[in-house]
Amino acid sequence: MRSFTPSRSSLLMAPALAWLTALMVVPCALVLALAFFRRGIYGGIEYSFTLENFGLVLDPLYAGIFLNSARIAGTATLIAVVIGYAAAYAIAAAPRRWQPVFLFFAVLPFWSNYLIRTYAWIVLLNREGLITQLLRWFGYTGEPPSMLYTEGAVIAGLVYNYLPFVILACYAPLSRLNPELAEASRDLGASAMTTFRRVILPLTVPGIAAGAVFVFVLSIGNFVTPALLGGGRFQMIGNLVYDQFLTANDWPFGAALAMALIAIMLLVLTAQALAADRAAGRIAEAKGGADD
Amino acid sequence: MSEPRTLLAIDKVSKNFGRVTAVDGISLDIRENEFFALLGPSGCGKTTLLRMLAGFEMPNEGRILLDGRDIAKTPPNRRPVNLMFQSYALFPHMSVRANVSYGLEMERLPANEIRSRVDAILATTELVAFADRKPEQLSGGQKQRVALARALVKRPRLLLLDEPLGALDKKLRGAMQLELKRLQHEVGITFVIVTHDQEESLVMADRMAVLRDGKLLQCDTPHAVYEHPADRFVADFIGVMNFVPGKAANDGVLAANGARISGMVPEILSPGAAAVASVRPERIRLFPPPETANRVAGIVEALAYHGLDLQLHVRTALSQKPFLVRVTADAADRRPVASGDAVELGWDAADVRIFAD
Repeated sequence: MRSFTPSRSSLLMAPALAWLTALMVVPCALVLALAFFRRGIYGGIEYSFTLENFGLVLDPLYAGIFLNSARIAGTATLIAVVIGYAAAYAIAAAPRRWQPVFLFFAVLPFWSNYLIRTYAWIVLLNREGLITQLLRWFGYTGEPPSMLYTEGAVIAGLVYNYLPFVILACYAPLSRLNPELAEASRDLGASAMTTFRRVILPLTVPGIAAGAVFVFVLSIGNFVTPALLGGGRFQMIGNLVYDQFLTANDWPFGAALAMALIAIMLLVLTAQALAADRAAGRIAEAKGGADD
Repeated sequence: MSEPRTLLAIDKVSKNFGRVTAVDGISLDIRENEFFALLGPSGCGKTTLLRMLAGFEMPNEGRILLDGRDIAKTPPNRRPVNLMFQSYALFPHMSVRANVSYGLEMERLPANEIRSRVDAILATTELVAFADRKPEQLSGGQKQRVALARALVKRPRLLLLDEPLGALDKKLRGAMQLELKRLQHEVGITFVIVTHDQEESLVMADRMAVLRDGKLLQCDTPHAVYEHPADRFVADFIGVMNFVPGKAANDGVLAANGARISGMVPEILSPGAAAVASVRPERIRLFPPPETANRVAGIVEALAYHGLDLQLHVRTALSQKPFLVRVTADAADRRPVASGDAVELGWDAADVRIFAD
């Protein structure tokens, strides 16, 4: 690899740094600052220092919404990881020349608009939507099942939207895994199940972790899916923040909520980075071949 | 000594992948406690055959009998056969000890038995000091020994080794050839090794099979294969051989220039058929006595000094390619030759092998 002189590498990084500073760090700092002010009586901001916004975050009402969001995001993550890992496994096991095709289909939903994709679920889950019609076609005559505006609908929407991330994240380590490792395990007397549990799974954990963190972080802060598929009845933290800024006009409280959310995300990301670091050693060699 | 028992009988086994026939009706018997080599150029089907013995491929036709029982359809985890992979395939997330214990854990043996057997094999393979290391912290030679220990600790009826020395450098390879042979003797397990390196199989194997295009060409001891190759391909593939093309006659081959190479003509060759006479470089003498059956004049084109011997390229009228001649250092000292010298080569009729061309 060519080595860069410090001045040249900082020159190359400058545009990205400037972009991040202007559009990430500065707005975040502003939001953080907002959280320490009071709400004006008629909306707006009263510039006097206070910590009560953070106290309010810990109020059982709002802490409950945090927990609820974490639970919904966690459930969505679990389901997405199970489905996504299985799909990635199948793609990695397919003949080499078909793998890019399958991957293309896996990420195909990304090419359409997030809102449209979510609206499509309304069409599916509606009281007289496609699923109900399908049930009727099979002879079901009872009350149409209420699927839309339930927690299940929100979870389904989140899983659907973020599944491609999991597939891509899990496919990478699975496709790099030396197939002889699984064969060696079978050769030494392990069943297919044991081989998966003791060899394949441990060596692909970093991919699972990366995919899971992605789904969790994007889900817990999501406000579009809960609003459209949850019908506003199931408030997630994203909706709460949205409401504070745009409906309740309580920017300082919204900022405090946003900061708490960012803190949770940072914690999850740090944990994942540490775990990935630990696992990096054992992956280095799993890539295969006698190429030492 | 009683007749050695057959451990593994490969019976008319064929395997094809789509339209490609990788193994084509091979029958072989491998004997108890034997060091057996499957040798051939890449693409000859030796690896496919090995993978069928391990259970990773199923033959389309034929039987694989281990102790008389057909194991052709038995999954790899249920046959008393272990494979040492070419890439070693060590589990990168496990220590050396965990790698070696893995196979015994799968047999659900008691922990203390696993421990003592693993300790014993680590001692045999001189890996005790590395037991707690991860594979990435080992050298190529050490990894190779871990892979060997991991397979041997299972005490398989048959140990398969896929190009076991391929990833090692030349010097280490020489040492490991003898080491493998010593180990095989010590543990009393039948070894089947796959290699494309003819020298490796000559050194290590008790018997060897030469494969080409999925077919078995010859199966015999290294000595027999070297001295009496079954056909021209084997003669060329094993060791170095000088060839003189021509036509079969009653008692030899008539070269293109009219010279006669005396030697035993195989019965299948009728007089006049295209034939090739061959002789090993070490069977050729420089300045032979006049009664030598085959003699030819030539010019030394090149010399290569190898310490133990001197290799000469000698241009003659018999063939397009120059003859390769190996002269011991002793003989070279007695009568030195230089590039450009006119020499005479000679060899006995008994050292000539004649094949269809």
